[in-house]
Amino acid sequence: MSAANARLRDLDIPPRDAEQTQLHPELNRAHVRFINLGKTYDGTVQALHGIDLAIQHGEVFGIIGRSGAGKSSLIRTINRLEQPSSGRVLIDQVDIGDFDEDRLVALRRRIGMIFQHFNLMSAKTVWQNVELPLKVAGIPKPQREQKVRELLELVGLQDKHKAYPAQLSGGQKQRVGIARSLVHDPEILLCDEATSALDPETTQSILALLREINRRLGLTIVLITHEMAVIRDICDRVVVLEHGKIVEQGPVWQVFGSPQHTVSQTLLAPLQHALPQELQSRLQPTQVSADAAVVLRLQFTGSATDEPDLAALFGALGGRVRLLQGGVERIQGHALGQLLLAVNGSAHSAEELRNRAANWAQQAQVLGYVV
Amino acid sequence: MWFDRLVQGAIDTLLMVGVSSLIALLVGIPLAVFLVTSDKGGIYQAPALNRVLGAFVNLFRSIPFLILMVALIPFTRLIVGTTYGVWAAVVPLTIAATPFFARIAEVSLREVDHGLIEAAQAMGCRRWHIIRHVLLPEALPGIVGGFTITLVTMINSSAMAGAIGAGGLGDIAYRYGYQRFDTQIMLTVIVLLVVLVTVIQLGGDRLARVLDKR
Repeated sequence: MSAANARLRDLDIPPRDAEQTQLHPELNRAHVRFINLGKTYDGTVQALHGIDLAIQHGEVFGIIGRSGAGKSSLIRTINRLEQPSSGRVLIDQVDIGDFDEDRLVALRRRIGMIFQHFNLMSAKTVWQNVELPLKVAGIPKPQREQKVRELLELVGLQDKHKAYPAQLSGGQKQRVGIARSLVHDPEILLCDEATSALDPETTQSILALLREINRRLGLTIVLITHEMAVIRDICDRVVVLEHGKIVEQGPVWQVFGSPQHTVSQTLLAPLQHALPQELQSRLQPTQVSADAAVVLRLQFTGSATDEPDLAALFGALGGRVRLLQGGVERIQGHALGQLLLAVNGSAHSAEELRNRAANWAQQAQVLGYVV
Repeated sequence: MWFDRLVQGAIDTLLMVGVSSLIALLVGIPLAVFLVTSDKGGIYQAPALNRVLGAFVNLFRSIPFLILMVALIPFTRLIVGTTYGVWAAVVPLTIAATPFFARIAEVSLREVDHGLIEAAQAMGCRRWHIIRHVLLPEALPGIVGGFTITLVTMINSSAMAGAIGAGGLGDIAYRYGYQRFDTQIMLTVIVLLVVLVTVIQLGGDRLARVLDKR
């Protein structure tokens, strides 16, 4: 821990709510904590409303929401690029709300940030870009050189140090951004839609790099995105933001396995195995003829070895069971899956089929009938 | 000798333009930085002061140079002790060039992507670091282009100053070319001016291009 950091902790111990300390000891160990945070623009536009959230040391924390949900405002309150209108932000239990320029500068050197559009200085080379935060902090040249070399190596751009940002690809630019964000050995890394301007392959390589940094350096990563795939691939926990409020939060596997809020469901839709379009259009709400098949949806969220025994499931359903669509994903050691089945000529009623299927799944549902 | 007179005129023009542009550069850049950073949402936000200074700049920009030069005669006398000659012309030229250049530099500074300022703040830059390491280097190609335009405009204005006794190429062209109908001198002056402007424009363009890494 840096000296500045230790000093901040000694000086500023906020009054603690005794009740909360007893009930939620984890809140007092939180790395970043928002307490009833609100942000209003121009006195009318409410960007954030009543945000209460605790982000723990070393976790990769995702904030997802549609555009305009307030993600960008929320992440910027952590390094005070955005000044909250109400409520508090605590970093290691220190309220950063009344920091003057000196303390803000010290705080921001503990918090790295990368951006959607990279925000590299176009007039500076890769080397100069990475060196800039050290230079303005008054670090002597030999130490700067060592640090810049070390970080360019970490992001794999040693041979590009003389290039200007305009000569780099998007992925390379983001790597420079990552190197620049890490030169002060921060404790927190903020990622503002860091992969949204990149193609899928580059996104994967940047996410892999972030994961590696999180493991190797043990820093806390807070990222905002509108892509559920990013959350799935890298985050430990996630909150879903809508109209400036938290509408859902939890471990990623849980939010993925059974999203409760409609916004979460909408954001998840592109990743889910939906009923094929052609079947969807033929789906009837009631059983129009005796030979119509019952369409069932089974969702399961179990530990990795808990995938359903298909033979037993099909046996219990009876009749002719066809698989329409299905898949299993593994997130944080959990198997999350969905099966869409069509059952023909079973002896059981639709309701009975649903009940029987429910023995193998967390959720079972009759979607309708197809002829 | 008319040749010596031409050489002297060219030197006078270069001197007038050089000195006034140099002062305009030294005063105009801080002025432009102030106009940008003190604006609403800027890093040294001071909207009231910004408006006052902005109005002042506009005032000087809206007065035609010939009128400005005459109106400033008492002020010029106060500063350089005379209203005749190269140094007397430097005063109104500088006062015209500074707001002109400041406005052009201001546009370049404003074009610096706000994301870069945000990134600089996030990495722990103080406000003057942002000016020194972000705003000025990023706007430099535009500022060089703007200074080129200022130089060319000042050559134009210096010819006008020549007509009221400041010397320089404008003075020669006026006295010999216009009043004595000496077409040869008139043409020579025109060629000299065209060469001068071309050299400055090409040099400025090339420098701006080299500096622009975008």
